[in-house]
Amino acid sequence: MERMPVWADVVLIPLISLLLAAGLSALVILAIGESPVAAFQLMVDGALMRSAGWGYTLYYATNFMFTGLAVSVAFHARMFNIGGEGQAMLGGLGVALACLYIPWPHWSLAILGSAFGAALFGAAWALIPAWLQAKRGSHIVITTIMFNFIAAALLNYVLVNVLRPVGAMDPATAKFPEPTHLPTFRDMFSTAETILFRGAPANVSFFLALAACVLVWLLIWRTKLGYEIRAQGFSESGARYAGISPSRIIVISMLISGGLAGMMAVNSTQGEAERLILNMTEGAGFIGIAVALMGRNHPFGVFLAALLFGFLYQGGAELALWTNIPRELIVVIQALVILFTGALDNMVRMPLERIFLALRRKEA
Amino acid sequence: MTDTAPAIELKGISKAFGSVQANKDISIRVMPGTIHGIIGENGAGKSTLMSILYGFYKADRGEIFISGKKTEIPDSQAAIAAGIGMVFQHFKLVENFSVLENVILGVEEGMLLRPSLAKARKSLKSLAEEYELNVDPDALIKDLSVGHQQRVEILKALYRQAEILILDEPTGVLTPAEADHLFRILDNLRKEGKTIVLITHKLREVMEITDTVSVMRRGEMTATVKTADTDPEHLAEMMVGRKVLLRVDKKPATPGDVVLSVKELRVVDDSGVERVKGISFDIRKGEILGLAGVAGNGQSELMHLLGGIADGTGTITVNGAAIDLTGKQSDGQSRRARGIAHVPEDRQREGLIMDFAAWENLIFGYHRDPRWGAGPLMNNAAIITEAEAKMQRFDVRPPNPKQSAKNFSGGNQQKLVLAREIEQSPALFLVGQPTRGVDIGAIEFIHQEIIRLRDQGAAVLLVSVELEEILSMSDRIAVMFDGRIMGFRDPVATDEGELGLLMAGIDSQSADQSAGQAGATA
Repeated sequence: MERMPVWADVVLIPLISLLLAAGLSALVILAIGESPVAAFQLMVDGALMRSAGWGYTLYYATNFMFTGLAVSVAFHARMFNIGGEGQAMLGGLGVALACLYIPWPHWSLAILGSAFGAALFGAAWALIPAWLQAKRGSHIVITTIMFNFIAAALLNYVLVNVLRPVGAMDPATAKFPEPTHLPTFRDMFSTAETILFRGAPANVSFFLALAACVLVWLLIWRTKLGYEIRAQGFSESGARYAGISPSRIIVISMLISGGLAGMMAVNSTQGEAERLILNMTEGAGFIGIAVALMGRNHPFGVFLAALLFGFLYQGGAELALWTNIPRELIVVIQALVILFTGALDNMVRMPLERIFLALRRKEA
Repeated sequence: MTDTAPAIELKGISKAFGSVQANKDISIRVMPGTIHGIIGENGAGKSTLMSILYGFYKADRGEIFISGKKTEIPDSQAAIAAGIGMVFQHFKLVENFSVLENVILGVEEGMLLRPSLAKARKSLKSLAEEYELNVDPDALIKDLSVGHQQRVEILKALYRQAEILILDEPTGVLTPAEADHLFRILDNLRKEGKTIVLITHKLREVMEITDTVSVMRRGEMTATVKTADTDPEHLAEMMVGRKVLLRVDKKPATPGDVVLSVKELRVVDDSGVERVKGISFDIRKGEILGLAGVAGNGQSELMHLLGGIADGTGTITVNGAAIDLTGKQSDGQSRRARGIAHVPEDRQREGLIMDFAAWENLIFGYHRDPRWGAGPLMNNAAIITEAEAKMQRFDVRPPNPKQSAKNFSGGNQQKLVLAREIEQSPALFLVGQPTRGVDIGAIEFIHQEIIRLRDQGAAVLLVSVELEEILSMSDRIAVMFDGRIMGFRDPVATDEGELGLLMAGIDSQSADQSAGQAGATA
């Protein structure tokens, strides 16, 4: 009964954490002799004030939504899936195979096919750690992180030795055929007079990510499977009593999680690069962990957190472009946000809880 | 005596949580060197009152005097400084630490552990001799029985120089023998002049050990009396606010056909130890078979096998049809489909998902039923409506289906489980420790519901460590010891003495052969 109101838990705590991270970042920027105010303005300017900036912010956010949802679904079953990076790489392979070897007549069919391929490959990559956890008790954190390395090596091999077009120098597949190219926001929202989202990579898969958010919400809170996943996450002994097979839930939730992580490739590989390249994940698999943490494993929270990290990615790129703030420092800022919103949650929560308690006492 | 200041004196303590008045103007005096019982139903405000005394909550109004001195207790550190020690219902021990390490946790002196440990070892030894508080100081907590873990909690308090000891429902987790031992310890502490506050809802304990007793109801202190001047019926009436039947009121059973028949059941646990060693029995329609025994003699494993949680060997038939003991068709859901309902012994770990809302818990295990949604979807609105009705019927308080299970009191949590399982009208009803940690008003209600289910023609297997419960509820009694059934008894023709011997592995009808065996295991 002695608890904070919900709005404080959901809104106030992340907000304070963010402000703390921003404050510390400002000190870091000051320390290298730049103006934090100017830097923040530049970030907002570059990421949010122009449609092209939004085009990048939303592109990154799309990646983060998929990987964030992936971590969330697994987490509801108390599985900590660190393998989003590797699952996304395999997803990229699925997308590439679907786009290169199936003659799609139109992008709308191609996106369905490639999303299926991405989910299938991502899920398959998650299946092995899941099975090892379910049947052998091998810890999912260890196995999934190992599988990231295996995935990277596998992708390297496949790109260099199998899928690289004859004569090409860089480890990448051939360009995907024209009909598989996804419409970008520029194609979709520009009119004859005004061109919007010029040069930005945001594309139709943003809406696929939104749909995934809604579907994950439905899955977790409106289906019997979601009920079983949450039950297993809260109490394995309880699940066993109810006749819910823990190993079945482990495998299913990891398959869904891997599938979602894989689908990130629809955005980055098919939507942006239009071919499969080596560094196609751009670290989004790991950012997904922070996104899920900050979003409290709720799809709407994941959506908001993905937007925030999209902004940080794009704003950070702008900083590197226009100021003397080195690229590495931007990673520091992003890390500070992850640190404060994810890991140091209790640091803000506990004093805040005390304040609310004191307030309530005064009222009474 | 009248000149000495009371060890604890509370004056006009009030505490509200939102609109709920948990404690209303409570005043109480506890004299030093006495055991004072505080009884009341779950939610009556006992725990809140003690939490105020221990510094977890701050009272809205009122004063606390310790040994005649007005004392502010803003946190538990202050409580310990004032000489108050608390033994919680759920122990606060570090499982992987030894007894010694747990005892000094938080009161280590200096940088090095060794001197503190040595000091604690010495003081533990003298405490053990003084109060019969024997525990191996080097044993790990996780290897200790519940009774021993509780002793560690008491030792912790005494090591911190506690003069006042508060025990919250101390016997809820203990076997009868362990409870007896605890009372001997408390008696020794009283003789040494310590003051003890015992929070409980078991009338027998209050009558047995306390000097004075206070009754709480709905946040108010309704009476404080000398234990010698009262009796259980009167206390129960003051607690509940109406006359309570302490004896179970039931008609004689009219057993019909055999519903459950088990033969040669065996269960081997994860560490390879055989816990159920060839058990056979039948239960008929409209009959309650009570399974008595000291906890840990295979009852839990037997229930797990019957309920589809653990695998095992042997044969089980329900209404003549054989049931799988291993493989895909042996899980809880397959059991439920065969008309077996199971109220598990451990409602917090098994019967409920504590983080789920009441409505989610009220379909737990039956959630695949098409009634709760077509295909893969769940019809939450329909489930909530039904949950409201069930909570009404079983008088679950508060009747709010959206409240998390963990925020209900023990008795109301149990009612949630019972509501769910009884409403299925099962052919076979497995029920373990139905009234463990449940207050007296709810006990009466739960017993009546089980009897009603029997009268409707269900076969009931009742597992309980409470002999009174077994004796008053059962139509037939089986006693389990060391994985076997020692014998069957007619509840009318037996008594606690004979059952107690059977529970210890001694069959009085063939005492000669088993005497040696019992001596070895006692």
